[in-house]
Amino acid sequence: MTDNPTPGNTAPSQAMQQYQARIEQLESKLSSFETSLGNQRVAPDWKTNAERYGLLIAWVLLILALGAFKPQQMFAWNSYATMFGSNAMIVALTLALLIPLTTGDFDLSVASVMGLSSMIIAVLNVKLGMAIPGAIVLAILAGCLVGAINAFFILYFGIHSLIVTLGTGYFINGVILWISDSNTIAGVSMGLIKAVILTRFFGIPVGFYYALLLTGIIWYVFQYTSLGRRLLFVGRGREVARLSGVNVTRMRVGAMVSAGAIAAIAGVLYTGMRGTADPSSALAFLLPAFAAAFLGSTTIYPGRFNAPGAFVAVFFLSTGIMGLNFLGVDSFVQNLFYGGGLVIAVSISQLIRGRKPMD
Amino acid sequence: MTAGFSAGAGSNAGALEIRNLSKRFDGALALDDVSLSVARGEVHGLLGSNGSGKSTLIKVLAGFHTPQPGATISLYGEPLSLPVSGPQARQRGLAFVHQHLGLIPSLTVTENLYLGKLATADNWNINWDIAHQQTRDVFARFALTLDPTAEVGSLSAVQQALLAIIRAFVSVQEASADNADRPGVLILDEPTPFLPASGVDQLFDLVRQCTKLGASVIFVSHDIDEVLQITDRATVLRDGQLIDTVVTAQTSHSEFVERIIGHQIAPTSARKTRTGTTTIDVKSAASTTGLGPLSFSIGGGETLGVTGLIGSGFDDLPALLYGSQSNGSGELHVAGRVLKLARLNPEQALKAGVVYLPADRLGEAGVGSLSVADNMCLPVLAKLKTRLGLRQQQVDQHALDLATAAGVKPLAPALPLAALSGGNAQKALMAKWLQVKPQLLLLNEPTQGVDVGAREQIWAALASTAEAGAAILVASTDYDQLAQICDRVLIFSRGQIVAELTASELNKKTIAEYCYRSMSQSA
Repeated sequence: MTDNPTPGNTAPSQAMQQYQARIEQLESKLSSFETSLGNQRVAPDWKTNAERYGLLIAWVLLILALGAFKPQQMFAWNSYATMFGSNAMIVALTLALLIPLTTGDFDLSVASVMGLSSMIIAVLNVKLGMAIPGAIVLAILAGCLVGAINAFFILYFGIHSLIVTLGTGYFINGVILWISDSNTIAGVSMGLIKAVILTRFFGIPVGFYYALLLTGIIWYVFQYTSLGRRLLFVGRGREVARLSGVNVTRMRVGAMVSAGAIAAIAGVLYTGMRGTADPSSALAFLLPAFAAAFLGSTTIYPGRFNAPGAFVAVFFLSTGIMGLNFLGVDSFVQNLFYGGGLVIAVSISQLIRGRKPMD
Repeated sequence: MTAGFSAGAGSNAGALEIRNLSKRFDGALALDDVSLSVARGEVHGLLGSNGSGKSTLIKVLAGFHTPQPGATISLYGEPLSLPVSGPQARQRGLAFVHQHLGLIPSLTVTENLYLGKLATADNWNINWDIAHQQTRDVFARFALTLDPTAEVGSLSAVQQALLAIIRAFVSVQEASADNADRPGVLILDEPTPFLPASGVDQLFDLVRQCTKLGASVIFVSHDIDEVLQITDRATVLRDGQLIDTVVTAQTSHSEFVERIIGHQIAPTSARKTRTGTTTIDVKSAASTTGLGPLSFSIGGGETLGVTGLIGSGFDDLPALLYGSQSNGSGELHVAGRVLKLARLNPEQALKAGVVYLPADRLGEAGVGSLSVADNMCLPVLAKLKTRLGLRQQQVDQHALDLATAAGVKPLAPALPLAALSGGNAQKALMAKWLQVKPQLLLLNEPTQGVDVGAREQIWAALASTAEAGAAILVASTDYDQLAQICDRVLIFSRGQIVAELTASELNKKTIAEYCYRSMSQSA
């Protein structure tokens, strides 16, 4: 690179030297200015912080607002302990959803897998007398199998994930009715119920801590492993990932299979929480899970589907519902809250993205 | 300016009049005070190399770009409002056929032909028999037989091109239905590169029939032979300026070449040709898109350029050698390793030390919504891992080191890639690949949309990579760039290598000449 502004390279005159010194001075000034500009942009200002912790703040405000009307219940630790325990399976279900969402696929079959897993445990344990650990293993394997089937149709035939998982989800609902004879099966071993809900730490059922652990694992994988980065690249730029040597197919298969497995774990928690399995109630959790996944993507790591965000979002939404129940509002409020929550969450994340059409 | 050519008939207003058209992009003049007129019933050629302003001109006419104030564009004497509005231009009789034709492959010929009408008319009950018959009648006027019920995707490339032109013609005919004094202007934007020679003749027959019916045609092309064959007059653009409008019959091939390329003397390359040991051997590489079979080799430390006109296939070569399309055959030998192109994929190519930087910066090379650091570190994540996993600080620090060395500005690894300018994004993406110390570096248009300063830095990075012993293959239509950085340049035409330029032949003018001549040589 020759920055020499003189056309001929004759003996450098005094003026020339001064000129060059001046240029150097200006360039160093410019570079220091650029560095300071760069640092300024990376430093988290109040706006990014507000975005990052907005949902946590909104959660606190929600508690205070509802507490203004029903202080005895809203400010009682027991209410929260119960709520934390009874929403553990929604956390797990949301986490299951997060993984394919990160790689750019939708999985509408997660709630069905949760129901299937719940029913498999009940049938094996109650009807066939199998011990709980074996039943759990088989239920999780069934979840993996559903994920693998989804992945096969999505990747081999090139069908959009929405269509495939809508179909497989409905298919699984049929399987659940079939293996249960359309009946609720009660009487699952106390061992499972003890291991999920009856044991408590700080008043919170142990199921909550499983969900917390799962959140931690997925947070670690997404944030602190190269696998997590690759998953993110697959979702954001499939072609870029492929041309950068990432095995996109393997990533997407893995995402669908782990979604199945984690949805099955959600089913285990669900069964343990109630001691029974019924053929249809699990399906109602699909929308809450979607709402929490999208609402979670507006917080903690805004703009990304992320586990801690989803965790906060689940409890934000369920606090709202709990509070409105205390106020004596009818149960339809649950639908209003989750349905509205999903649309509002997606709208907020679109604002963050600058209203570019979703892909 | 209305030299030699006498307009067909009727009123004295020309078909299309462009006056004082300028267009500025971020300070650079893409069009500099261009004035040109297209007469009724004439075929008017529009020629120029890349960056001449040809496509900017077309895009202004199509309403994609707003020209600088002061320009007028009129059709049949009536000025259009600027920026050009698509519907208004269509009503006044302006129709486009772009290179990619704009047909919907899964619909039938009739549906494509009347797409606009079917989509907008108040049709509760389309009578398909009548519609198909109308289609047959239209084709009969041009002595063509096409099955109106055939799916467009099943037609040959030639038939599709003919259909697109007829569709444009029908649309200007409809526009002139209420005013017979406006037979319409068709703009054909590079319609021929993908057609076989016989198809080009058919297309030209159709163009002549359109002009016989009074329409004017603007024929945009790289191919001087075709321009000589079909046009009445031709306008040459270079560096945004209108160089000349000539009567085709009085102009020779070489006079056109001269006007397109100009007489600028490019600085002769001071670099000496490197003749390192051969490390890369390409053996009968071919793709199903009509490239090859090609055999050539690249020495370690050598920079090989590949170029040609649009449609010549040279730009498919980097992707083919990287195995990114899985439509190849043949072999690539890299430092003793043999890669079968039929089964090659990017993952294996990378393992063998082959890296590829695509031209589509935010579509294939990097993800705009993710940070510069994430983009740069993607290939080396495994190396950055510590016992506790991947730390963002470490990723950012690694990226910061790379970006500093590559001169990326601003130096902020946490910024999304899309926030960087084209040149800086390219420096970052180049550094992403150079850090893996490749044996073979494949580049497609490495400095497209990159400012002059960044260009120099990218070239310097390439030079030091070559110095370190890597082989570099650059696909580009920027002849100036090829002349500056390459040790050898291969010229492509119709999927084949037709010339190899070395040493003193490596200047902008010679490369351009070979590209334009290659068409007539291979025809």
